[in-house]
Amino acid sequence: MVKIQYFASLRELLGAQNEELTLPAEVRNVGQLASHLSQSRSEKWAVLEDPSRVLVAVDQTIVERSHPLEGSEEIAFFPPMTGG
Amino acid sequence: MISVQNADFDMAQLYAALRREAGNAGGIACFTGLVREFYEPEQKDSAPAVKSLFLEHYPGMTEKALADIVTEAEGRWDVLASQVVHRVGELHAGDQIVFVGVASTHRGDAFAAAEFIMDYLKTRAPFWKKQQAGDTSEWIESRASDERARARWEKTS
Repeated sequence: MVKIQYFASLRELLGAQNEELTLPAEVRNVGQLASHLSQSRSEKWAVLEDPSRVLVAVDQTIVERSHPLEGSEEIAFFPPMTGG
Repeated sequence: MISVQNADFDMAQLYAALRREAGNAGGIACFTGLVREFYEPEQKDSAPAVKSLFLEHYPGMTEKALADIVTEAEGRWDVLASQVVHRVGELHAGDQIVFVGVASTHRGDAFAAAEFIMDYLKTRAPFWKKQQAGDTSEWIESRASDERARARWEKTS
C-alpha cells in the first residue's frame, strides 16, 4: 500500500482526502501512478499528469515522473510552492 | 537551527543565538520576510486589501527540505552557524513570516548563503500561501521569477 497525500489548491480542486492505495501491477513509477489516477477518476484528476502544475514527492523528497515506485511509499501531490 | 512554527519570532534572540553559536565569525547576514499585500499594483483600485494569509505546509517534509537546503549551503560556502525560521498558519499583513540568518568568517559567504537559502526555500520547501481579502480567499500562484532566482544558483559543470 502506498499512502497518498494532496496539498493546498490541489487538495481543494480534487476534494481529495489522504488515501491508501494498492498499486496496480502496471504502475511502476510516479508518472504511471499519475496516469492511473487520472484515467480511473473524474476529469479534473487529469491535472496530475501535468508536471508544470503538479509536483510529486516520494518519501518527502521531490522526484521526477520517472521515479520508480515499489508500492509502500509515502507519496504527495501538490502545486508549485509559494513559501518565503 | 530550523524551526517551522506558528508563533512569531524575535530577530534579536535569533541573532544572539547565531553570535553565540558561530564563535569566531566575521559577519552575520540576517533576512526577515514580511507578509505584504499580494494583489498586483494594477489591480489595487478594484481589489480589497489583503486582510490575512494562511500558510499551509507538509509537516515532516518541510523540515527535511529546509535541512537539505541548509546542508547544500554549508557545502558551498563557509557557514559557521545558521538559523531558519518559517511561520505557518494564519498571518496578517505586516507580520514576520520568515527569518534566515547565516554567520560566516567573511561577509561574502554570509550574504551568498543567506540569499541561496531564501531562493531555494521559496521554490523547494513545501509551503503554500492562501490569501484572504474581503469575503474571498484564493491560493497564491507561484512566480516564474522565484524559479529563475533559484535556478541561477545551479552549478554549471
